[in-house]
Amino acid sequence: MRAVMDAADMARALRRIGHEIVERNRGVDDLVLLGIHTRGVPLAQRLAREIADFEAAVPVGELDVALYRDDLDRRPKTRIGATRVPVSIDDRVVVLVDDVLFTGRTVRAALDSIADLGRPRRVELAALIDRGHRELPIRPDYVGKNLPTSRRQRVMVHVSEIDGNDRAFVEEAV
Amino acid sequence: MRHFIDIADLERHDLESLLDEADGFVEILERPIPKVPALRGKTVTTAFFEPSTRTRLSFERAAKALSADTMSFAPGTSSLSKGESLKDTVQTLEAMGSNLLVVRHRAVGAARRVADWTSIPVVNGGDGAHQHPTQALLDALTIRRHFGKVEGLHVAIVGDIRHSRVARSNILAFSALGARVTLVAPRTLLPVVTDGWPVAVSPSLDEVLGEVDVVYLLRVQMERGGATVFPSLPEYVGRFGMTRRRFALLKPEAIVMHPGPMNRGVEIADEVADDPRTLVLEQVAMGVAVRMAVLFRLLGGELDE
Repeated sequence: MRAVMDAADMARALRRIGHEIVERNRGVDDLVLLGIHTRGVPLAQRLAREIADFEAAVPVGELDVALYRDDLDRRPKTRIGATRVPVSIDDRVVVLVDDVLFTGRTVRAALDSIADLGRPRRVELAALIDRGHRELPIRPDYVGKNLPTSRRQRVMVHVSEIDGNDRAFVEEAV
Repeated sequence: MRHFIDIADLERHDLESLLDEADGFVEILERPIPKVPALRGKTVTTAFFEPSTRTRLSFERAAKALSADTMSFAPGTSSLSKGESLKDTVQTLEAMGSNLLVVRHRAVGAARRVADWTSIPVVNGGDGAHQHPTQALLDALTIRRHFGKVEGLHVAIVGDIRHSRVARSNILAFSALGARVTLVAPRTLLPVVTDGWPVAVSPSLDEVLGEVDVVYLLRVQMERGGATVFPSLPEYVGRFGMTRRRFALLKPEAIVMHPGPMNRGVEIADEVADDPRTLVLEQVAMGVAVRMAVLFRLLGGELDE
């Protein structure tokens, strides 16, 4: 197991991403942050707090995309979490937030899920870690850390809300 | 979980996890587009060897909300009338590409038998007077969403317990989830043996009215010779009907439930049927969500726990 981010690194990355989101969108009008289950949800909430600190409040929601996956048969199913979107996403800018961007399949599922919930003006993607190995034409707009990995490794993000501490690490496949 | 046949096969933990999942599906059914692609490419076949409209429609709606395709088998118009056996029928439905069978049959144990003959998951949509497990789940979900819990509630199940698969499933589910169950029925409508059932029995509805949180009314099964097991409908209404007078004697927070279709004026008075504390339509809505949970559990891959 190799540590790649500690709590301070994560806080700095989220603060920077918060600023980038506001800068690129020239404010927070029409923004909605949607965290992807499981660990994207607390990350989206933290981003919303960062942005509220220096700019203004942003609505934040959560998406569970398990029912939109194309690989339901191929992986162990986890318990399905809530989907809560606090405002209509029609004509807004949705920023999807996830912990680790890997194949892009989760994001693909999230895009389908969003299409069923409304028609945003634009969808952007923020990931705490981009580890590469995309299988779909998907790229992030905001990245906390680019991390070269081999496909066999596992990249884990722990957040204090769920895991009791903030850190990211790489495990060799067993 | 490979099949969904009998509430007795499930632990409390299994029931609760299905109810949790169904809660999520309720949210999906309230969306502008109440449909998710989870079971795209799967085919759910309803094989109902006994007439039923609402249960079959509810399963079809659940399957479609998960993007599964549906086929439906109706015995009146099928080879059954040419003498094809049940076994040949279900194997034919499997060979045709069904990924799951929902079976209703008047014979007790039919769904379990069908499960032996096929390699695909089987859901019991009602077998004789034995089990109707998705009904029990939807009733438990309705109660849990209304009160926020099932544990500790007192439920009276009223009417023809003897011939009711709904009663048998619900007794098991409610008590597994920690509710107290009292059966209210004349002796002629009670099973011959209730020893070992986790229930109390009362011959009088009036005696329990002030104590219960849920009154669960069973349907008087007119088509099954209801009139032969009690003297007359007026007498049934007089002793076991949920009249306006009895409704007024319930605790203010108590609710009334009924599996449908209701015989208005028999087991339930018109005004009671339309009262907001009678959750019949809520039960119907929850039926779709719990059936989605069951279909998804059986077809959506293994749960990682």
